Amino acid sequence: MVKAEAVHKSFGALDVLKGIDLEVARGEVMCILGPSGSGKSTFLRCVNHLEQINAGRLWVDGEMVGYRQDGDRLLTLSEKEIAEGRSAIGMVFQRFNLFPHMTAAQNIMLAPMKVRGVGRKEAKQRAGELLEQVGLADRGDTYPAQLSGGQQQRVAIARALAMDPKLMLFDEPTSALDPELVGEVLEVMRALAKGGMTMVVVTHEIGFAKSAADSVVFMDQGVIVESGPPEEVLGNPQHARTKAFLAEVL
Amino acid sequence: MTQPGEGRELPEQIRAVPVRHPGRWVAAVVVGVVFASIGYSFARNPNIQWNIVWERFFSQRIIDGVVLTIELTVVSMLVGVILGVILASMRQSPNPVLRASSWFYIWLFRGTPVYVQILFWFSIAALYSQINIGVPFGGAAIFSFDSNTLITAIVAGFLALSLNEGAYMAEIVRSGIISVDHGQTEAANALGMTRLQTTRYVVLPQAMRVIVPPTGNETINMLKTTSLVSAISITELLYASQKFSSVDFRVIPMLVLASIWYLILTSVLYVCQYYIERRYGRGTARELPPTPRQRVIAFWRNRFPAAEGS
Ligand SMILES: Nc1ncnc2c1ncn2[C@@H]1O[C@H](COP(=O)(O)OP(=O)(O)OP(=O)(O)O)[C@@H](O)[C@H]1O
Ligand SMILES: [Mg+2]
Repeated sequence: MVKAEAVHKSFGALDVLKGIDLEVARGEVMCILGPSGSGKSTFLRCVNHLEQINAGRLWVDGEMVGYRQDGDRLLTLSEKEIAEGRSAIGMVFQRFNLFPHMTAAQNIMLAPMKVRGVGRKEAKQRAGELLEQVGLADRGDTYPAQLSGGQQQRVAIARALAMDPKLMLFDEPTSALDPELVGEVLEVMRALAKGGMTMVVVTHEIGFAKSAADSVVFMDQGVIVESGPPEEVLGNPQHARTKAFLAEVL
Repeated sequence: MTQPGEGRELPEQIRAVPVRHPGRWVAAVVVGVVFASIGYSFARNPNIQWNIVWERFFSQRIIDGVVLTIELTVVSMLVGVILGVILASMRQSPNPVLRASSWFYIWLFRGTPVYVQILFWFSIAALYSQINIGVPFGGAAIFSFDSNTLITAIVAGFLALSLNEGAYMAEIVRSGIISVDHGQTEAANALGMTRLQTTRYVVLPQAMRVIVPPTGNETINMLKTTSLVSAISITELLYASQKFSSVDFRVIPMLVLASIWYLILTSVLYVCQYYIERRYGRGTARELPPTPRQRVIAFWRNRFPAAEGS
């Protein structure tokens, strides 16, 4: 579903990603761990082209992200094509980024109506189903400011699901939450994973990685240090940097 | 099993004597007397000739002037807001030519007095006697207009006020757009919305909260600025009143008349602004404060709870 080959990304003189190779199969749940500033968010943002990569190749569902191959030339995709590509990838942010001027239901309905041209009635019904799926069936008419952090993040997940994404990206979805609210969000994510959704999750929740991930990637300073099934990377880390990191978060 | 708190008496409500503020009373009385005496001398001043003021207050000429003043305000503000949104979007555009032209427009129109701009548009015929639309750089014209017939005084007035307002609104809209958290744009983009959709459905509605209060001020300013077009003989409120005084030299009553009309119009705008600001405050506060009307109703219900059932 996702394939990265030697992905490089720099901001000016700062090299943030220095050759990332990885592959996420359909239905796989991959957790990315790593210390702050290692480039985890940047990588996720490259996957849906919120950031442009400088070198390497990146595919989502067999299609190159941001470009089209034309013989031996690369053609940049138009704004519309890029937007279309993004619409099939759900993204959940650390700080929720719900639209504060819309109710929970309106947040969920906006993109299907404006991007896909779905009718209001149909969008509303789908929003109701999604809210129920994240355990907020009765909060459709509430504004984000009136919801707790955990509830806001669950609405944000429902908003991303409304576009029927083939891939979900999570960027530290529970890092901004009070500890007692983390569980309810992880629970929704676990259910999603069980349902067969392909997910790439940047997280510091080792427990979640252990129990829900099919594979774990440990990143540091823009490179993948170690990757494999969770029991190997988390249970028996080979690399000193992984060991040091795990010792710190556990 | 008893619930916690159940069966317990409510504690006695606190009824304390509030702190006295004698200083406040003295200040209030002094200020009150000063205002009352000014008001009295004004109201009783025979030079104002209140009878003339009221006699002409609803005369056809004045009403026409009021209507024209409202039209000038509304149209110029509408065009100004639309221009402002366009110019502000151009300022944010990735295209450097669009950015630079927007900057130049704002520089030009904010940098010259609106009074000068009004005179300029009025005298445009002296600059271009013909206005041609067609091949640029002196090529063939497809449409051609005589400036004097196209840009009459009234058109010059509308043009000057609208174009000038566009420059000010552009800065207001831009500050509103900047105030919206970048995460909002990112979330909208991640959902597959284009730049235009993101601006329209996500950024602008939120920017409104920042844009509306200064736009209210702009509208009130515009209402008063329309009086400047009296210089090019447009019979809006001020010029309409001056037409009376140019005949009988009763200058003061006509100025008082115009001022009262301006005050009435600005007061209406105050009320509109209050409700518009409330509308765009949605979602920011957990609960909106009650409107004055709701407050009066609530006060009444508290005062006379018995009236409720009847
Ligand atoms: N738009 C940007 N411009 C310049 N530098 C950036 C930009 N975005 C990220 N960086 C830099 O790139 C580096 C990696 O950032 P990134 O957000 O990917 O780290 P991260 O692994 O997600 O860290 P964290 O756990 O703190 O979220 C950081 O040094 C950051 O300062
Ligand atoms: Mg990050």
